[in-house]
Amino acid sequence: MNARDIVLRVEHLTMRFGGLVAVEDLSFTAARGEITALIGPNGAGKTTVFNCITSFYKPSEGRIALVHGDGTMWGELDALTESGTRRVLRQGGALYLLERMPEYLVTQQARVARTFQNIRLFAGMTVLENLLVAQHNALMLASGFTLFGVLGLPSYAAAERAAIEKARQWLDRIGLTDRADGPAGDLPYGAQRRLEVARAMCTDPVLLCLDEPAAGLNPRESAELNDLLLAIRQDFGISILLIEHDMSVVMKISDHIVVLDYGVKIADGAPQQVRDDARVIAAYLGVEGDEVARVEAEVGL
Amino acid sequence: MSAEMQISRIDVVRALRDAGWTALLAFGLFLPLIGFVTVQNMDRQLVLDTRFGLLAAFVAIVAGGRLAYSLIIAPLFARAALRPTAAPSALRTAAARWFGPFAIGFVIAYPAIVLSITGTGGAVKWVDNFGIQILIYVMLGWGLNIVVGLAGLLDLGYAAFYAVGAYSYALLAKNFGLGFWMLLPLSGILAAFWGILLGFPVLRLRGDYLAIVTLAFGEIIRLVLINWVPVTKGYAGVSGIPRPTFFGIPFNASEEGFAAVFGLEFTPMYRTLFLYYVILALALFTAFVTLRLRRLPVGRAWEALREDEIACRSLGINTTNTKLTAFAMGAMFAGFAGSFFAARQGFISPESFTFLESATIVAIVVLGGMGSMLGVAIAAIVMIGGTEIMRELDFLKRIFGETFDPTQYRMLIFGFFMVLMMIWRPRGLIVTRAPSVFLKERKLIGADLVKEGHG
Repeated sequence: MNARDIVLRVEHLTMRFGGLVAVEDLSFTAARGEITALIGPNGAGKTTVFNCITSFYKPSEGRIALVHGDGTMWGELDALTESGTRRVLRQGGALYLLERMPEYLVTQQARVARTFQNIRLFAGMTVLENLLVAQHNALMLASGFTLFGVLGLPSYAAAERAAIEKARQWLDRIGLTDRADGPAGDLPYGAQRRLEVARAMCTDPVLLCLDEPAAGLNPRESAELNDLLLAIRQDFGISILLIEHDMSVVMKISDHIVVLDYGVKIADGAPQQVRDDARVIAAYLGVEGDEVARVEAEVGL
Repeated sequence: MSAEMQISRIDVVRALRDAGWTALLAFGLFLPLIGFVTVQNMDRQLVLDTRFGLLAAFVAIVAGGRLAYSLIIAPLFARAALRPTAAPSALRTAAARWFGPFAIGFVIAYPAIVLSITGTGGAVKWVDNFGIQILIYVMLGWGLNIVVGLAGLLDLGYAAFYAVGAYSYALLAKNFGLGFWMLLPLSGILAAFWGILLGFPVLRLRGDYLAIVTLAFGEIIRLVLINWVPVTKGYAGVSGIPRPTFFGIPFNASEEGFAAVFGLEFTPMYRTLFLYYVILALALFTAFVTLRLRRLPVGRAWEALREDEIACRSLGINTTNTKLTAFAMGAMFAGFAGSFFAARQGFISPESFTFLESATIVAIVVLGGMGSMLGVAIAAIVMIGGTEIMRELDFLKRIFGETFDPTQYRMLIFGFFMVLMMIWRPRGLIVTRAPSVFLKERKLIGADLVKEGHG
């Protein structure tokens, strides 16, 4: 892969919880405008990797770097690491070291948005309000950090109208315009998943991290989600990082797959290549590598 | 038919057993409290006396109440819950629409109404004890509503900020001769500053832990006020606080007094009326700012914080700043109310800012329904107005004898109403949440979805 196409670079990431090593020396890259899937059996450390990328956890070791712009900034990575600061901004690009940033700045400045394995919507707020909370930082600026807003200046009213319009476009896209004024907690499960994706998209991300977006969806909802993700990639040109168990989603939409097992990377490549990898099959079947052929014969693969 | 009867018989048996246990519990609780009493005999010695008749009466009341609840009230509620909720009628919608303007009109006209009914003599009591007193608590309730109702941070030391505002006004006005209108914003700013100061250490705490630390903070402020005698005069309190003037014109009987300047006959009523409209304006200002803030990103972030803090962080919201602004805004309004309180009383002491004060304000917010401005206002009227009404029930002495003092039963009646509220409206008077923004129509959100916050 050309270094210029890389948007996220995870290097030697290790995360320890006391004596437990959840992720060990993991390195991978995600390419701009592609869907990268992170898969692996239960407990392989996928969500831990997500929490490290979005700074909800501080990694024990390793470097997580994200670039804005066309990737010419990668040359400054080592200089940035040594300078001890979080980011370097240049004309038409920026480079961020995510592990050095608090989690809210990862979204606000580095523009990495995420969703959660167990849906975390604001259940008691309306669908529309959920999408407006996601535009908090832009609206906060427009309201003069509350001051202009309290005074009722028209500049804020205009900004709020624009925010509502943006939310409405997302509601049209996920088919929830009719339920905009109802509470988010009342939506059916599949709609809540779509709303969470739309809410993350309202933060204007460069990289969208989705933690098991298809979990608990029926085949039809799952197919709708595939279309939504592909449309997002196509229309906004953003990169998507995906954790998923549902192989029909993973194999259909990902461009690149990274497989984890017990916190260690065991495969990395195109979907077809990963599917045929003996170590991946062994990990999923829960057996040692040399037993795969026997077990496959037993279960009739 | 027979199956139905069987079920009802089981219900009766269960209710009786339930009432029996309740009676046992009440007996255990009341035996030392009511069953025994120490009295002085003829030789001025303390002797133990028993009041088993009264004890039996109390236990019977508790058991009877429990029986009535499980046999009559609980089935009524269960049936009401099964009934489909009817769409609100046009009349009800109109009432909801016009209630706010009507209420504001009423409180503006309230002194005039009282004056026309009772005349100048009796009006001071009704405007001062009822009007001003209630409005102070409405304002405090609305201020705390930002912290507890919107941001979901349980603050049990709110009276501390009330005290900061009151002492700021008292000490600065007395020692530096600054005026009321200058000190009002200054007290608010000082209280907000203390709000932020409290906010920093408690940011990481949630739920019960947060409540305990805020409680401790309230006590610290009170103990400092008691023990820092050179500045605060300790228990003796600060007296002779300058009274507010009508933009420089004092309310007294002198030549330069308000009455003389405007060519009116002097009565103490003018000062009371002035204070009434000042606190009314302050309370309406609180309501206006809170309603505005709810529609701004900061207000939505407070409510989002109450719903799910982790999701907030994932959306790029700085939760530290958001919590601090909630603490600061809540404290600021308490500071305003405190400086008004000091100016109105002319005397303040640490006794006015005990934990009971914080608890009363929290009770107003919880009783009103967390987050609802209207509910908080109604709860303040009921709780504070109810306390004042107790003082007016002198006719009860004719029934129960001269030694009967209705105010002594305040807490008992409070407790009774609290229990009723827990049964009837566990989430407060007004439980629906009005969304801050809408696309087509504003639909209220039921309490079952709205979270109460957990720190």
